[in-house]
Amino acid sequence: MKIAVCIKRTPDSESRFKIAGGAAIDETGLKFDLDDFASYAVEVALQLNEKQGPGETVAVAVGPDSVQETLRKAMSMGADRAVHLTTDTPPFDGLAVAKALAAELKGGGYDLVLFGKYAFDTSASIVGTATAELLGVPCVTAASTLEIAGGKGTARRDIEGAGEIVEFALPAVVTIDEGIARPRYPSLKGIMAAKKKPLETKPAQLGPVRVTVKAMALPPDRPPGRIIGEGTAAVPELVRLLQNEAKVL
Amino acid sequence: MPNILVFAESRKGELRKVALEAVTAGRALADALGGGEVHALLAGAPGIAGKAAQLGQYGADLVIVCEHAGLSQYARETIAVTLAERAKSGGYRAVLLPFSAQGRDLGPRVAAKLDAPIVSDAIEVTGAGDTITAKHPGYANKVIITLAITGPLAVISVRPSAWTPKENARTARTETVQPGADPGAERVVVKEVIEGAKGKLDLGEAPVIVSGGRGLRGPENFKLVEELAAAFGNAAVGATRAVTDEGWRPHSDQIGQTGRQVSPQLYVAVGISGAIQHLAGMRTSRTIVAINKDPDAPIFKVADYGIVGDVFEVVPALTGAIREAKKGH
Repeated sequence: MKIAVCIKRTPDSESRFKIAGGAAIDETGLKFDLDDFASYAVEVALQLNEKQGPGETVAVAVGPDSVQETLRKAMSMGADRAVHLTTDTPPFDGLAVAKALAAELKGGGYDLVLFGKYAFDTSASIVGTATAELLGVPCVTAASTLEIAGGKGTARRDIEGAGEIVEFALPAVVTIDEGIARPRYPSLKGIMAAKKKPLETKPAQLGPVRVTVKAMALPPDRPPGRIIGEGTAAVPELVRLLQNEAKVL
Repeated sequence: MPNILVFAESRKGELRKVALEAVTAGRALADALGGGEVHALLAGAPGIAGKAAQLGQYGADLVIVCEHAGLSQYARETIAVTLAERAKSGGYRAVLLPFSAQGRDLGPRVAAKLDAPIVSDAIEVTGAGDTITAKHPGYANKVIITLAITGPLAVISVRPSAWTPKENARTARTETVQPGADPGAERVVVKEVIEGAKGKLDLGEAPVIVSGGRGLRGPENFKLVEELAAAFGNAAVGATRAVTDEGWRPHSDQIGQTGRQVSPQLYVAVGISGAIQHLAGMRTSRTIVAINKDPDAPIFKVADYGIVGDVFEVVPALTGAIREAKKGH
């Protein structure tokens, strides 16, 4: 199969963030890498092509030059080639990003286009679904399992207290949830090979940006925690506080 | 005056709480923009029209009822077309949906069909003139991002529990529409819905969540958590990523950065150390209780009420005490 995996470079999710200038995070000292959900999508693409024989896995990313490092990482995991759609910092306008991706993917003959279910930074779950819509192909979001056979896909999605099993025909877009596959570490051989794999660069056709960041702020701190006691002896006091102070009983 | 179109989510013929929250958010936005109307699209199998009055009670002026036998299950493409066509018909300033499994799936479809800018998972929405402003927690809830949305029509999904359904009673008019597409022609076909345990409250809807971590030492000990949840009577059971990775609990129970993000009235953390990954999913809970044997566990930094102790002793005692307290009511 010809599979595109749309990936993103995001800061390490365990970081402590600071705000710079009121409308951006301070990137000093932050570690950036392939986004967690995108890494599951890469792994799923590689496994599908390994299982189903000859295919091609193409990693695609929108962003500044730094995303090339992330595209190389996807290639070191096993993607065959990469496409870098260049822009300054990608906007928080998910539809604008989807337009750039759809412009690249349209007519590319892809059987399957994979995304993470969302990216850590924007945490929005927009780009994958909007790209599918622009491409005019079926879309399954937040798949926690995915099987492809005979030009058809079957996926499971968690839908708040229940699971939904869906079937769809290819070509399609699927966004990938956690738990579906453990992303492999690039091997030394993979890292060496990735340096020679083709990485194509072209300008991202974003279209008008209509969602812009006005401010960023850290969430208000919770009041400092309070230990009310030790062991079972503290239970009556807890119940009293839940009744009289928190009023949740 | 511009109107607001709201997707009133239902499942199996019942309105979901997030539908009332979205209507409440829609009412507030319509008022901020000059007092236009709130129109709620209610789609489902025949019979769903019976839920229209409830939407009126929470601020909908008009309920657009779309009944079709093919809508007994979530029909993503049909509903997206129906919503988009309605939004296109004019007079709307924004389309609001819940940021739920359905709403997060529908929002970008609708936005792309309308070529309208979209913001997901808003916790505040205000509007004035040409600009709608939304606050959205990004970076796994670690950064609150204020986004300005320009253009004549915006699509916005609102975070579950960020709005409290507020009665704003009106006698909603109703209008009946046909689905904008044939549900039988959906390209993504629901083959099966695997229901969770019967009567189980969803994590996004439960007022109380009791959650277990590795401190429980094994899947069999989750019965302590389940018993405490049962004592509350209105509680759902969650788990940390460590626990779902171990397979002690299903992945869908995971609360945290990569799992569910919840804001219940009361969150009880049992044997949970409080890794950043977990805190990202529950730190917006109104009241947090933590029970853990390690007094230095980071969970105690966010817990309104912490008890240092052995979960195998404290939790059963708490379960008994909650049962007693509930009896007194």
